[in-house]
Amino acid sequence: MEGFTGITALYIFMLAAFTGYEVISRVPVILHTPLMSGSNFVHGIVLVGAMVALGQAEGALQVTIGFFGVLLAAMNAVGGYVVTERMLEMFKSSKEARGA
Amino acid sequence: MSGMALIEASYFLAAVLFILGLKRMSSPVTARGGIVWAGAGMVLATLATFFWPGMSNYGLMVVAIAAGGAVAWWTGKRVAMTDMPQMIALYNGMGGGAAAAIAAVELFRGGEHPTSVVTLAVAGALIGTVAFSGSLVAFAKLQGLMKRSVRFPMQQALNLGVLALALLLGATAIFVHSTPLLVTFFLLALAFGVLMTLPIGGADMPVVISLYNALTGLAVGFEGFVLNNAAMIIAGTVVGASGTLLTQLMAKAMNRPLTNVLFSGFGETAAEAAGGVQGSLKPIDATDAGIMLAYAGKVIIVPGYGMAVAQAQHKIWELAQLLEQRGVEVKFAIHPVAGRMPGHMNVLLAEAGVPYDKIFDLEEINAEFPTADVALVIGANDVVNPDARNNPDSPIYGMPILDVDKARNVIVIKRGQGRGFSGIENALFYADNTRMLYGDAQDVATKLIQAVKEL
Repeated sequence: MEGFTGITALYIFMLAAFTGYEVISRVPVILHTPLMSGSNFVHGIVLVGAMVALGQAEGALQVTIGFFGVLLAAMNAVGGYVVTERMLEMFKSSKEARGA
Repeated sequence: MSGMALIEASYFLAAVLFILGLKRMSSPVTARGGIVWAGAGMVLATLATFFWPGMSNYGLMVVAIAAGGAVAWWTGKRVAMTDMPQMIALYNGMGGGAAAAIAAVELFRGGEHPTSVVTLAVAGALIGTVAFSGSLVAFAKLQGLMKRSVRFPMQQALNLGVLALALLLGATAIFVHSTPLLVTFFLLALAFGVLMTLPIGGADMPVVISLYNALTGLAVGFEGFVLNNAAMIIAGTVVGASGTLLTQLMAKAMNRPLTNVLFSGFGETAAEAAGGVQGSLKPIDATDAGIMLAYAGKVIIVPGYGMAVAQAQHKIWELAQLLEQRGVEVKFAIHPVAGRMPGHMNVLLAEAGVPYDKIFDLEEINAEFPTADVALVIGANDVVNPDARNNPDSPIYGMPILDVDKARNVIVIKRGQGRGFSGIENALFYADNTRMLYGDAQDVATKLIQAVKEL
């Protein structure tokens, strides 16, 4: 894969940072906890990096650390998804609540 | 099309899904769909990664994913809504640990990387490790496994020393490849995460969890650069930025600059400032309180952590519906930092089935308190303390509060006569228009329902 180096890396970093800032800036307080939980899930993407690190690890020490990396990352991703989904499931307006 | 191009395309699509998912999660109408979008992105990226060229250890990989996923699925499904904050802290810590593990594997292997990449790996390692151990301490505190706030003399000097040493070793590790050096570096980073979180207590916990969430995002982004992984760079950086903003919003809601949260203990000065409270505590029983509520024109309910602890949200909603049937106007008022996380109370009320259009923010509701006949405070304390407005000596002076004391009558449901989580005396409880209703919030709510029904 081509490297994200030098100025390209800075551009990506800056644009992603602005995106994150903009996405959150107009969120109502009632969604702060689910949103924190949701962004906690999103950084569970560390799983793919942990998989690559384990896949390329050599020797007992690296493999052991890599294994725990994947284990922890999988917990981050799956746990983050489950709790966020459970929280968001409960959001209903008066109209929907009456219909249900 | 080569395998690598397919992986890159999957990562690109995953990044798009993450951003769209987060965007949808920021509105209550589309929020439920948002997490599903982000979840689809995660599954796609994970499956694509299995085709990454030149990898081995597939067996271990599948075992780790299955084991970690199963444990997290089981605990995530079982945890009570009231315990959500510490679960988020825990899962967040796992992510930070994973980012640190990636850095560790890359750094131990050493070799081919340019200096800039090694610098990012070390920075991500430090941030990820601090987020890992710090989040675990935050989890232990909220779960009640350890004392809320640990302090000792020279604490800040020690913390600073440990951080400085970790930074020094980290900087050395960029140029010198040595296993003992790296091990010491990681141990110091672990220690700093613990030390940094130890003195932080009580009301500041949500801000700290949010900060660690942002830090993990940043660490993931940095390790993404190390691994040349676009999905990690974008998702990590987006979370790092949005988490930082969210942390600032929370600190602002408490009128405490982030530096205060991190470096000066909450309630340190509380003991001295507490002396000046005038008046007496006036108890009321559930029957009288029920009559007050039933014949009111307008009731504003203010829930706090006490409601969460007692799991009283279902009973409170039952009571509110009962009052509405009698023609009472009922509204819920929520302080941004009520509970242990921002929006914590909204989640609990949503769980009980309270429609979100009956729930109001501080700015929306504060003007309405003077027109309310009864303000019913359930296990909330600091967020309704008028000292924040009136007493410049109070440690919470300047924090925006719900102006509950301006309602014609105030009923406070409280477990006992002790002070709140922050240890500050509450002038509201001594006000002339306040009545104290002692007991577990769920028992009291049950009694109130009974009292209203009997009328």
